[in-house]
Amino acid sequence: MVFRSVAELVELAESKQVKIAEVMIQQEIEVTGLTREEIIAKMDRNLTVMEQAVERGLKGVVSVSGLTGGDAVLLQNYIKSGKSLGGNLLLDAVSKAMATNEVNAAMGIICATPTAGSAGVVPGTLFAVKEKLNPTRMEMIEFLFTSAAFGFVVANNASISGAAGGCQAEVGSASGMAAAAIVELAGGTPSQCAEAMAITLKNMLGLVCDPVAGLVEVPCVKRNAMGASNAITAADMALAGIKSRIPCDEVIHSMYLIGQTMPTALRETAKGGLAATPTGKRLEAEIFGRQKQTQN
Amino acid sequence: MKYRSAFDIIGPVMIGPSSSHTAGAARIGRVARTLFGHQPKKAIVHLYGSFAETYKGHGTDLAIAGGLLDFDTFDQRIPQALQLAKEANMEVEFVIESTVTEHPNTVRLQLLDDEKELEVVGVSIGGGTIEITELNSFKLKLSGENAAILVVHNDQFGVVSAVTTVMANNEINISHMEVSRKEKGKMAMMVIEVDQKLDDAVLKEIEGLPNVTQIIKMVE
Repeated sequence: MVFRSVAELVELAESKQVKIAEVMIQQEIEVTGLTREEIIAKMDRNLTVMEQAVERGLKGVVSVSGLTGGDAVLLQNYIKSGKSLGGNLLLDAVSKAMATNEVNAAMGIICATPTAGSAGVVPGTLFAVKEKLNPTRMEMIEFLFTSAAFGFVVANNASISGAAGGCQAEVGSASGMAAAAIVELAGGTPSQCAEAMAITLKNMLGLVCDPVAGLVEVPCVKRNAMGASNAITAADMALAGIKSRIPCDEVIHSMYLIGQTMPTALRETAKGGLAATPTGKRLEAEIFGRQKQTQN
Repeated sequence: MKYRSAFDIIGPVMIGPSSSHTAGAARIGRVARTLFGHQPKKAIVHLYGSFAETYKGHGTDLAIAGGLLDFDTFDQRIPQALQLAKEANMEVEFVIESTVTEHPNTVRLQLLDDEKELEVVGVSIGGGTIEITELNSFKLKLSGENAAILVVHNDQFGVVSAVTTVMANNEINISHMEVSRKEKGKMAMMVIEVDQKLDDAVLKEIEGLPNVTQIIKMVE
């Protein structure tokens, strides 16, 4: 059976006494007709792409426009200096999330999770939490299936498109997915996963998609940084036993409704928000003016 | 449900920067090419909504050209696709449209060569997942992910059952099917998505049926 809501997903996992990841894997076998081994191998390949993207980003990249790149490295160096205030795991997640999005902005190879503008949060948090929890390769693959399960519900009941629902639908969804997967990796229950997703997404409601010059760079890279830290905080809250007063499915539905009423200027058209600031407009003119010159 | 697989959410593996504006656009271009049957001589690409506003920043133009060149979403040649299209003698023209469409990321592709012309409307719904919503002004819904055939036929009784009988005789299971027509008794179309691989013999058999005028196959 195919789950349609977070409540159904949690119910399936609890009644069968399996992880959320296992529910997603079983559904995938049913829907695609592929074998378990084929499905695991496919996700393993996606995991490898994520590892390579973070690795490349941590060496330092610069985007085609020159607007982004190198911030992941700055943060790693800062962590090494021992002066950080926010905690090393949290900042490591932020740095690795940015690394992925910097590679994305440079037209490098990444894995969309669930989109490419939000591709940093899930791998960023996974590879940071990995340092502390030392998961097996299979547990890391499961982390991605757990993320997928929550993203699947959001995608089918709301949206994962910035053009349709704003950044809350992209980085918001990614952060909720990551939070749930962190909880499961850390040994939390399926309900705690749902609480973590709800808490995270609540904090992202209303977030607009306002990319400067229409590029997936400013503010996208740093929104992934914020999404990663949001996910880790919410995961810790859920693991501490904190519950969301609004159930996860209702938070997802409200995200959908907010997206529906969001003006077009704030849904990936580069016409409002940060894109419409004086600096945003100047950068747009500079970038596309310069590209025209190089074309001529 | 619009999304069926875990890999619609964790994936695709792709060249950045945008799953909807780059990877989705490449997929629409590639499906359009498949529907056309081969590389067109010329492609006129009409961009709507967010596609129209931000295509440059997202490399949507490069991605669509890449798809038309049969590149996958992770093909490293996508950033050079416009240049490569020129070298492959494929003319690609972009038209920015201001009409408001149902979904913000919509593209209308006109593909042409000396023999034929095909018009395809595709929508990039998010996360790299796409839908083909129109083909030569027939409304339809096609994911481009599953093996499928499109059967253009005369709107006469018995054609649908003749086609499905061929499928049944060859033990092919239909997972999704749609029938539409432009006008009663005139041209009609069937969209049939199937679980099994369709070999050429089956396609030939269907093509030879009375009242069937054309078959377009989409086989992975």
